[in-house]
Amino acid sequence: MYPYYEQDWSVLPPENNRRFNPAFNMATIRQAFTEAVERVRMPTPTRLRDLIRQIRAARTAAEERAVVNKECAYIRSTFREEDSVWRCRNIAKLLYIHMLGYPAHFGQLECLKLTASTRFTDKRIGYLGAMLLLDERQDVHLLITNCLKNDLNSSTQFVVGLALCTLGAIASPEMARDLASEVERLMKSPNTYIRKKATLCAFRVIRRVPELMEIFLPATRSLLSEKNHGILITGVTLITEMCENSSDTLMHFKKDSGNREIVPNLVRILKNLILGGYSPEHDVSGVSDPFLQVKILRLLRILGHNDPDASEAMNDILAQVATNTETSKNVGNTILYETVLSIMDIRSEGGLRVLAVNILGRFLLNSDKNIRYVALNTLLRTVHADTSAVQRHRTTILECLKDPDVSIRRRAMELSFALINAQNIRTMTKELLLFLEKADAEFKAQCSSGMILAAERYSPNTRWHLDTQLSVLIAAGNYVRDDVVSSTIQLVSSSPVSEQTYITNRFWESLQVANHCEDKQPLLQVAVWAIGEYGDLFMYGSNEDEFERPSESDLIAMYHKFLTSAQVSTTSKQYALVSLAKLSTRLQQCVEEVQALITSFGSHLNVDLQQRGVEFTQLFGHYKHLRPPLLEKMPAMQISRISSQNGESGGSFDDNSPDVIENGVEGVGNVGNVGHPLIESNMNMLGDNTNILLDLLGSTDLSAGASELVTATDLSNAVHKKNTRNANDVGVSVSNNQDLLDLLDLDMTAPAAVTTTTPGAGGILLDQHHSSATNMNSMLGGLDLGGFGAPDSGSGSVPTNGNDLVASMLGGLSGAPAPLPAVGASAGADGNGGILLGDLNPTAASNNVTVPPQGPKLTALDKDGLLVQLVPVTGNDCMRIYMTTTNGSGNTLEQYLLKAAVQKSFQLQMLTPSGNLLPPGGIITQEMRVVATSNAVLRMRLRIQYALDGQQLVEQTEVSGFPEQQPGPAE
Amino acid sequence: MMLFMLLFSRQGKLRLQKWYMAYPDKVKKKITRELVTTILARKPKMCSFLEWKDCKIVYKRYASLYFCCAIEQNDNELLTLEIIHRYVELLDKYFGSVCELDIIFNFEKAYFILDELLIGGEIQETSKKNVLKAIASQDLLQEDETPQSFFDDHGLG
Repeated sequence: MYPYYEQDWSVLPPENNRRFNPAFNMATIRQAFTEAVERVRMPTPTRLRDLIRQIRAARTAAEERAVVNKECAYIRSTFREEDSVWRCRNIAKLLYIHMLGYPAHFGQLECLKLTASTRFTDKRIGYLGAMLLLDERQDVHLLITNCLKNDLNSSTQFVVGLALCTLGAIASPEMARDLASEVERLMKSPNTYIRKKATLCAFRVIRRVPELMEIFLPATRSLLSEKNHGILITGVTLITEMCENSSDTLMHFKKDSGNREIVPNLVRILKNLILGGYSPEHDVSGVSDPFLQVKILRLLRILGHNDPDASEAMNDILAQVATNTETSKNVGNTILYETVLSIMDIRSEGGLRVLAVNILGRFLLNSDKNIRYVALNTLLRTVHADTSAVQRHRTTILECLKDPDVSIRRRAMELSFALINAQNIRTMTKELLLFLEKADAEFKAQCSSGMILAAERYSPNTRWHLDTQLSVLIAAGNYVRDDVVSSTIQLVSSSPVSEQTYITNRFWESLQVANHCEDKQPLLQVAVWAIGEYGDLFMYGSNEDEFERPSESDLIAMYHKFLTSAQVSTTSKQYALVSLAKLSTRLQQCVEEVQALITSFGSHLNVDLQQRGVEFTQLFGHYKHLRPPLLEKMPAMQISRISSQNGESGGSFDDNSPDVIENGVEGVGNVGNVGHPLIESNMNMLGDNTNILLDLLGSTDLSAGASELVTATDLSNAVHKKNTRNANDVGVSVSNNQDLLDLLDLDMTAPAAVTTTTPGAGGILLDQHHSSATNMNSMLGGLDLGGFGAPDSGSGSVPTNGNDLVASMLGGLSGAPAPLPAVGASAGADGNGGILLGDLNPTAASNNVTVPPQGPKLTALDKDGLLVQLVPVTGNDCMRIYMTTTNGSGNTLEQYLLKAAVQKSFQLQMLTPSGNLLPPGGIITQEMRVVATSNAVLRMRLRIQYALDGQQLVEQTEVSGFPEQQPGPAE
Repeated sequence: MMLFMLLFSRQGKLRLQKWYMAYPDKVKKKITRELVTTILARKPKMCSFLEWKDCKIVYKRYASLYFCCAIEQNDNELLTLEIIHRYVELLDKYFGSVCELDIIFNFEKAYFILDELLIGGEIQETSKKNVLKAIASQDLLQEDETPQSFFDDHGLG
């Protein structure tokens, strides 16, 4: 049964063969003699255990270092000698030294020499060293590939075993390619010891190089009909990997008669395991081979996923496993856990699902923390399948929020968010607020964003929503993400007047609490924004809630405190300064104090604040008459949604690939599925941008005011017209469009100020205008980026100067220093004019239909006249891939959308496509950028969606054959 | 698939490291340092799982030694605990009630045993008997080729 015991030792090389008597062999005697001579020539090196003892005896770190350094120096010197009999011992010592954290890379080549030795001890230590000291980037890999190739052909099973084990641990893609055929040969070996190892090696080879899958397919055929558990478990592991990797292979296994119907086969094995009698060899506390059971359950899950027939075939066995497994020990729960996952993932019967959820309910009450963690984890995965069943455990889950263990708290928090609905939002929010107050810093950001998201979805009324938002801002303090600030501002701005008054007062009250301005800057930002915006309502409006109003001087004193405090961030001060300027038109008495405070910022050290100070001061002097219209109340903003990166961890993409980006607008369009994702996300952006407009109004436009107010009226009128037209073209009803245009109108004063170069944000606008050679198209491009979501930018009007301004201004929006979610490609724009122009360019150019650079074309799809081609261009830091879609058919394709995914080791960025409409003969271009984080071959999965006669069509394809790319710098 | 396995003492000293993913040496050291500190800071009653970067850490303490494994998101955490336990059982059988010192002084043996249990981060053998038999045969092979009579100072010493 154990072939290495039955093996005939005579096949071993003579020096390993015990039947071979070495005593009278001349060669052996000679060898012993040379060894003896060598030993006299050089003193015996320290024994491995002696060295360990010495190192352990060292009392201080310095002492230890001394011992290690001395030994390392010695080892290095021996490495220079050829044919050292002590190489093996020296490497072993080096490996110990390596584990202590000392450098040991100089032993790499010596390890390879050891593996090439004929002695088994040498090989054993040599391969051990290779596994520990080599990583994939080593040039020595070619050498080790040769050693491995030799040893894979050895007649000693343990030598083959060592080689397979090493290959399994350090196989690089090149090595995997070179040795795949050897592994495949060994997979068919009659020796189970070699066969199981080769099977796992194949698993690793496929992991590294999925294309190599096919050569292993025939060899998997017989794996599942074996009795040996080693073969079975490795075989199931290999097949699982293959099925997860490609749906074609999955189908192959389902249909392949060579496997005699894989599902019944697996069911049979599993049944034998549970019903077969006690087998001491594989028993783990009363459960027969849990390792194998779990692997089989997992493979069944993949086979049964979305397959009613396969699911039907495994229902019974899953029920049997779920009811028959002993649950007093960890082993049993391990299997139950895997079973539940399988039940929830396949098309199982209703009764079985109830059984599964009940098992999870039991898990949740288990005293073992590990089991509770697993239960929460699984509930989170299954909550979308069966919410009501999970709701029953709500109280228990909320209890887990108070658990001292971080892992459990995190799971409980995520699950809580998944459980919130319109009925329980009030109680859940109350619990989550309690949690948020006490939560660790790492949770606060995620939790607050999640709560805001839930409140947006399910809030019963505006008052409650506002209160919740405020509580979150207070509870999460500085950990709140910027998106919460902007979403709160939007919420307030779109609320009715009475609510605005109410919440402004609440904000004012919250600011009275000590430390709130330093520890809770987001709160401060929102609060001063509201006070500035609604100062008149707050101070002099109707007082329905009968709150106490502060005096104007109190108000100014508070502003004075923020603006002079060293603990308040620049961003918060920016908010406060704009707010103060606004207040100057809303207050009745203290206008002079406001002016004094603002003027004092004219000499502030921070450039941005200084600029604001100087510019606002102008509004109190020459241009007094402009102040009230400039500082008008902002138009009500459209509520945008926070991206649900964390709030909804259910995974919005059905694709397994992690890097799916839709049209360069990341993460925003995930929440809703209404209409065209691009337009939707752009609509969502609108609110943010309007918000930024306020900032621009606060700083930029005033730079115009600072110069001569020679207004190019006709110019502004031209733009005005153009804009109205454009808005109409777009057909998106934007409520505040008119106001926006008013703002633009104001901005038209800017051209007169071209010569004044002001630092900071204002400068950007002017600089850009200065250098703007952009045309009408770039304006539309700019608009696109800016959030109008113009899907049809074909209006071919005569370009005017004013358009440039709008383009650059809207472009400038995305770079304004205020918080906003990243807009497409301009993520992280640092307010530099050059960068902004760069960001505009791709969009702008794409309207002219970019001519992709010449190079090797990869055809991704050529179907029904639709031709998608990719042109990769390798650059210094990233690979640019230009996608060109040509519509060769006679039909018009609408809502064309390209999604792409790459492996985990790459980062993909997609820029905005040139359009989404493909008339016959039409062309859409889009640029993608790929950055490699490790050494791998790029493959890209593309999903192409379009509508033909109102019917949605989806094409999927995989593209490979991209040029090699050097990985970027490691983290 | 298991990404790596670390054994370290209560004092934070690394006793064994097995990497199934190719990381540069620097990254390995950083990961080890981070995990050792995080795990040692956790209280004994906390659960054995940690979410860390994009993988899951499963750890368990046996006497003075922590066994810590990183697995992928889809892997079964409870099963990983069983794998750790199986490894401990194997060490125990091989050394005869194993202690930290055995693993320090015979670290290479501990690696050999692990390599007979796992390959490429997956289990290759679920029978304890088979693993130990394979190890014993290989030890015998090693012993045979070490001439005992001529000079005693041979092998690893």
